[in-house]
Amino acid sequence: MAKLVPTTAPPAPSLLQPGTRAPNFTLRSTPDATVSLSDFRGRPVILAFYPADWSPVCGDQMALYNEVLDEFKELGAELLGISVDGVWCHKAFAEARKLRFPLLADFEPKGAVSRAYGAYSADYGTSERALFVIDAEGVIRWSYLSPADVNPGADGILTAIEDLVSGAGAGAAGGASP
Amino acid sequence: MSRSEGGGTLTPPVSERDHAKGPAEAPVTLVEYGDFECPYCGMASPIVKAAQRKLGPRLRFVYRHFPLAEAHPHARHAAAAAEAAAAQGGEAAFWAMHDALFENQHALDDASLTRLAAGLGLDGDRLATDLAAGTYAGRVRQDFRSGVRSGVNGTPTFFINGARYDRAWADEGQFIRALREAAEGAGARAGE
Repeated sequence: MAKLVPTTAPPAPSLLQPGTRAPNFTLRSTPDATVSLSDFRGRPVILAFYPADWSPVCGDQMALYNEVLDEFKELGAELLGISVDGVWCHKAFAEARKLRFPLLADFEPKGAVSRAYGAYSADYGTSERALFVIDAEGVIRWSYLSPADVNPGADGILTAIEDLVSGAGAGAAGGASP
Repeated sequence: MSRSEGGGTLTPPVSERDHAKGPAEAPVTLVEYGDFECPYCGMASPIVKAAQRKLGPRLRFVYRHFPLAEAHPHARHAAAAAEAAAAQGGEAAFWAMHDALFENQHALDDASLTRLAAGLGLDGDRLATDLAAGTYAGRVRQDFRSGVRSGVNGTPTFFINGARYDRAWADEGQFIRALREAAEGAGARAGE
């Protein structure tokens, strides 16, 4: 019988850096729907990896992004939250917090997408708290790894998207100006 | 310590558009981004008051709105009510409403906001009309956006002389010490 648990965890790859092509993925967003990164080609995408649904209260990162969502949309960007929680957990969490953006389940194989982005903590078995801004052509333009217990806020994301939209991203990025 | 580039600095700086209590030339300016329906902001309110008592004229306190409206359904209207109070009665009315809102966090629906305003001697009907018309929604939104730009990641978030205070505000002694140190630092820079 195959060994179920590796004796040593593989070394954690480091966070994917700007200039890297964003690995494509397809993950479940609801019990019966999937989302692929390539669905969003043509506009900027924000990936927000986070450790777990149901972290405590008001200062919660996903609740903050929910409030800032209109700002992201004005800049033509899509926001996707990603953690290793399953779809039913995401569904309950999103309903409880009235979240207006998709939460994707990096659930099977567990953490595979998080690992591909260098945003997986083998110690905790969860995604790290990591942010990526991906341009309309699917290239990572900004990435940031936050300590797991620190909510990184939204200012870094907004600055990165604005740089994208005002700079080289004159193409298909939805023509928003701040 | 530093988190995202450019984060943690108050943007824009305090100006005449802000609601401020204390002298403009005070060596310390404390800015709070708050939400009147947030229980932690409610807990922070007496700590801010203690700091104001202890530092006296050396402290200027500024309050900006950061309503987490999806989590707190009354937060935007509560913030707008404080603005409506200011429009009617100036800064004194703003701060009276600010205090009343934190003291009545359990009841912040529109009818309660109107009653609070009337209790402060303001025109409750006019306030109700302003809430319904969204007269001050834009102002509240401007504060919110400035908070996002400044690296606010939850409520309350404090800035001392423009720099985000990342330590625990709930430790009143430490909080007041940080304010005193900022006062002394500013005094030293001014060449006392």
